[in-house]
Amino acid sequence: MQARVPTAADGNMATEFHNLQELRHSASLANKVFIQRDYSEGTTCRFQTKFPSELESRIERKLFEDTVKTLNNYYAEAEKIGGQSYLEGCLACVTAYLIFLCMETRYEKVLKKIAKYIQEQNEKFYAPRGLLVTDPIERGMRVIEISIYEDRGSSGSSSGSSSVSGSTAR
Amino acid sequence: MHLGVSESMRECEYSQISTRSSTPMETPYKHRTPKRRKWESFPGRNKFCCNGRIMMAKQTGVFYLTLVLILVTCGLFFTFDCPFLALKLTPVIPVIGGVLFLFVLGTLLRTSFTDPGVLPRATPDEAADLERQIDVVNGGTGYRPPPRTKEVVINGQTIKLKYCFTCKIFRPPRASHCSLCDNCVERFDHHCPWVGNCVGRRNYRFFYMFILSLSFLTIFIFSFVITHIILRSHQSGFLNALKDSPASVLEVVVCFFSVWSIVGLSGFHTYLISSNQTTNEDIKGSWSSKRGKDNYNPYSHGNIFTNCCAALCGPLPPSLIDRRGFIQSDAPQLAPPTNGTTMYGATQSQLSHMCDQDQCIQSTKFVLQAATTPLLQQQGSEPVVLTASPENGCSVPGRTSLGQPTPPTSTPSLSCHEATEMLPIHGQCHTHNHSHPLQEPMAHHHFLTPEEMPSPPGMLPCGSPLGHSHTIQAGFYNPASQDSLHEDSVRGLVKLSSV
Repeated sequence: MQARVPTAADGNMATEFHNLQELRHSASLANKVFIQRDYSEGTTCRFQTKFPSELESRIERKLFEDTVKTLNNYYAEAEKIGGQSYLEGCLACVTAYLIFLCMETRYEKVLKKIAKYIQEQNEKFYAPRGLLVTDPIERGMRVIEISIYEDRGSSGSSSGSSSVSGSTAR
Repeated sequence: MHLGVSESMRECEYSQISTRSSTPMETPYKHRTPKRRKWESFPGRNKFCCNGRIMMAKQTGVFYLTLVLILVTCGLFFTFDCPFLALKLTPVIPVIGGVLFLFVLGTLLRTSFTDPGVLPRATPDEAADLERQIDVVNGGTGYRPPPRTKEVVINGQTIKLKYCFTCKIFRPPRASHCSLCDNCVERFDHHCPWVGNCVGRRNYRFFYMFILSLSFLTIFIFSFVITHIILRSHQSGFLNALKDSPASVLEVVVCFFSVWSIVGLSGFHTYLISSNQTTNEDIKGSWSSKRGKDNYNPYSHGNIFTNCCAALCGPLPPSLIDRRGFIQSDAPQLAPPTNGTTMYGATQSQLSHMCDQDQCIQSTKFVLQAATTPLLQQQGSEPVVLTASPENGCSVPGRTSLGQPTPPTSTPSLSCHEATEMLPIHGQCHTHNHSHPLQEPMAHHHFLTPEEMPSPPGMLPCGSPLGHSHTIQAGFYNPASQDSLHEDSVRGLVKLSSV
């Protein structure tokens, strides 16, 4: 498998998937960064926007913060207590929760949006930089896991690892 | 259910990057093992039914008792009392009774079968990352076990987040570890044996509606059975009335004893909901003004109405444990798992496959060296076969400073039996709650703070080993390779698994 550095995504889905697959085959998992939850506003789901040092050479700070802030907004929307959620709650109670056999809860709808958003972000911004963002729901909403991949067999690659452990065979 | 579908869809899309591997050695291995669902290797002490759709606690005897009591009492009521009452008074009575009965049953089953909000345990990578962070904070000295708490300020109140040794996570605020189910549960209220499940964030509203509707049902049946007996006595005398419908006597007795406890419990939970507290917090007195002038509940929304609406009609979060998803056998990992079975099903063969590839050995070695550097600094740690001591956690040896996964072993069966015996029904909340905060002081043996001291001294369930010890195998690698590089990685892996 040729080690081809994935180029920036050009909007073509096939190319992007191809890039992601190549990323897997041509790169090895070097490190994982975990963005922890931010509980300063209570138990609602929020993630810390602090930029981790391992990603400093990998991705622009602004991109990262935008991703996390958008995710936080999505979660806030899902957990918002307001007119619509009350309506849904009362309707569900009245129908003895059987209504959820036919329709999704608002939370689930937002989670689907989040999954789509994360996939888009991965394809457009993270995979070309050798990173992969894992949906927090797959980690029990505890962390946003960002996997850092290193190119295999790349000597003195431009992506030069700043992480403590990651280093491929030289 | 919907989430399960979307999860698998997501897994399919990501399989292009994560799981598909071209090495021939792995493919025959994958074909041999049947696909297992995640609930089959769930690390907590839970019972699953209907292929993972239903989730309950392990001991469900009392739940069946609850079901039998409700079904028998209502059955007797509909069979013996309703015909008379429908004729004499109005047929609306059995209708209302029927609706109440169905509602009670529905909410009971919903409370019992729903995931209360279990937090899945940390993946090995997360756990290792947390350990590293904690070590960094403490300067990696390792002579004393690091304080496993984090402080966070919520709405002006300082709250301590505790580290759970079993789940290897810092518990979110209001979460607690249930020693009976061996899970961390979000917004943990209490473990209810009558319902056969924990009561937490996801099923609290069902639990509340269950006890509320059960109160109404009990009062309803009680009053109408008494009415029935009175009406009959006017016809044929009191003793004859009792002889004509003996079932009524049984119903009256059951209802009389239930009414006090269930109505009392409903009232208590109404108070809790209106002040947005959990049973756990109320019992510990976390937000009572007795603790301090500035002590207030940071989670309360300010007024009773909003608190009630938020608890009962707020959004219902989905289950975080993907029970019906399939285990991905070769998810990429940084460091090997420390347990024999993890939720992700990584096995020895998979790891030896990883080790076989030369490139992986290099990177693995680097990762391990980085990860094990703090471990190597502590000289006294014995890595091989770590069996969690079957005695209770009071006698935690100071062996490894990074703390071993002290499972909450000795509390479960004892407290459950205690509780079911001593149950004044109202008290079940209290007894079970005491069993679980006790587990925390044991796990945090070396750094008890005043507030963690158990409040009911009489409840210390010391002694009595449980037949439920976790054996964590450290030596599942065959260090049979002559390659020194391989030996190094193996040594590193063995040391890592002593955590």
